[in-house]
Amino acid sequence: MNSIKERMALINEAAARMGKDTFKGTQEKNTTARTELTKQGAKVVTLEEAIKKTGLKDGMTVSFHHHFRGGDKVVNMVVAKLAEMGFKNLHLASSSLIDVHEPLIEHIKAGVITKISTSGLRGNLAKEISHGLMEEPVIFRSHGGRGSAIANGDLHIDVAFLGASSADPMGNACGYSRSENAKSICGSLGYALPDAQYADKVVILTDDLVDYPNTPNAISERNVDYVVVVDSVGDSSKISSGAIRDTKNPRDILLAQQAAKVIINSGYFKEGFSIQTGSGGASLAAVKFIRQSMIDKGIKASFALGGITAHMVKMHEEGLIERLIDVQSFDKVAAESLKSDPMHQEVSANEYASYDEPGSATHSLDIVILSALEVDVNFNVNVLVGSDGIIRGAIGGHPDTAGDSALSIIVCPLLRGRIPCVVDEVTTHITPGSSVDVVVTEYGIAVNPRRPELKERLEKAGLKIVDINSLKDRAKSIIGEAAPLPFGDKVVGVVMNRDGSVMDVIKNIVD
Amino acid sequence: MEIKNAIAGTLESGDILIQIAPAENDGLAIDLDSTVAYQFGEQIKRVITETLTGLGVTRAQVKATDKGALDCTIRARVTAAAVRATGKDVWAD
Repeated sequence: MNSIKERMALINEAAARMGKDTFKGTQEKNTTARTELTKQGAKVVTLEEAIKKTGLKDGMTVSFHHHFRGGDKVVNMVVAKLAEMGFKNLHLASSSLIDVHEPLIEHIKAGVITKISTSGLRGNLAKEISHGLMEEPVIFRSHGGRGSAIANGDLHIDVAFLGASSADPMGNACGYSRSENAKSICGSLGYALPDAQYADKVVILTDDLVDYPNTPNAISERNVDYVVVVDSVGDSSKISSGAIRDTKNPRDILLAQQAAKVIINSGYFKEGFSIQTGSGGASLAAVKFIRQSMIDKGIKASFALGGITAHMVKMHEEGLIERLIDVQSFDKVAAESLKSDPMHQEVSANEYASYDEPGSATHSLDIVILSALEVDVNFNVNVLVGSDGIIRGAIGGHPDTAGDSALSIIVCPLLRGRIPCVVDEVTTHITPGSSVDVVVTEYGIAVNPRRPELKERLEKAGLKIVDINSLKDRAKSIIGEAAPLPFGDKVVGVVMNRDGSVMDVIKNIVD
Repeated sequence: MEIKNAIAGTLESGDILIQIAPAENDGLAIDLDSTVAYQFGEQIKRVITETLTGLGVTRAQVKATDKGALDCTIRARVTAAAVRATGKDVWAD
């Protein structure tokens, strides 16, 4: 005899031993058709309700992503609401901030935001901060560095507010939408994925609430606490504004041609190589020239990494690049490709470029082409602070990719107007010279003395290799001696290296 | 030397816009607005002064709106503005 009745004593005994209850009674069955039931989930609330439900308090950290770049509407919308609700002393941790975030100036003055962590700052917000707007210095991290900091707790996020172009009522969210009501598209949500994974509370803001299940998803419902429907999360037409531009500038094209020659003759241009380009005009244009060479020589790349562009997508579709690994879609073509092409993979900032993740993609990267505001004679690079001492850029993945790649190439003109790009010492140290291999200018190519074998290969190919000091001297001979910048004594920014150490500080500018 | 209102240059990046006008007093009154004023303001004013003085212009109001022009560009624009202001063609002489 072995019935449930007879086993009851043993069941109770087992439960008692485990400190658990014995199963009692029955489970209520909901018989509503699931197409109806899933239309409204318990997670769908207004922005104000979501903020209240997260338990956000003064002094906490709120985070955002910048995948809509110049078209972003989420940061301003949410911070305005937080201000209206009376929050103070918040730490704003965005993957980056740009011109469009100028309204933050007022929220900083009002004490709503008293601390900022970001990859970069641009426009009037950057200008004000450079002049000492904030008491606490802004913490700058690379994209990989931010991923690491979020994962290891250096950057703890209390509440993440993440814009998504589609989400279902459970919170499955994407940077694109498959519905006919799609209002926006930003492609990869790579910089938002660490936030979604590690933040205590996650609020998805979307302008297209779709039926469950919104799969394949970028952000899983299991990481999402609340879903807020808004009119617009971002203007997709502005994704490729800011740093991204398709150059028609003849000097940029010349630089791109030179960079392509460096790559082709570097020894790394062979079957199965991998490549990433930065957001500067010349580095994007270099891809076009490499393409022709790949066709001529029958060489295919295994993957292209990083900010993925229409050029990369085209080469992928032509079969020249096998896979695309995308932490950020630089234009709409890339965003659409991410949506429809399974070989175009979305990755988080950690999988992209974390220093401490052996599997992060940058560790498998052969070649990266990057731009720079300044390079110095020791090959250190500055991409954050202008030569006028005012913050005007972003670290991005610069030190991550330069540090991890087998070959890093910096492409920059010798002069921008009267501003020299090759200098004695960079205004701010962002990417250490030890990770930079080649500097391409229109006046010649400099190879880091650490890489004599590379210099030899390039010289053999007939490229004009010059000493980086001669580039610096040449710039000085054209522009004259610059007067020192009027820096004050206040630290307005701290630059974190990707390993979590402090790399440099930025001082305020006094007019 | 008698001068009238004159203008040369553009507001393009890497260029400088020079506007010359008659002045009440002796000397050159230079009003410079430059994107690189911190580092190169004094040098730009010096180049403007030297160029005008070299052309015999010693009494004028000069409004210079600089977008990072190199010295050679500044000299060229100042010279062109001075020629237009004075009616004296330095290239023909």
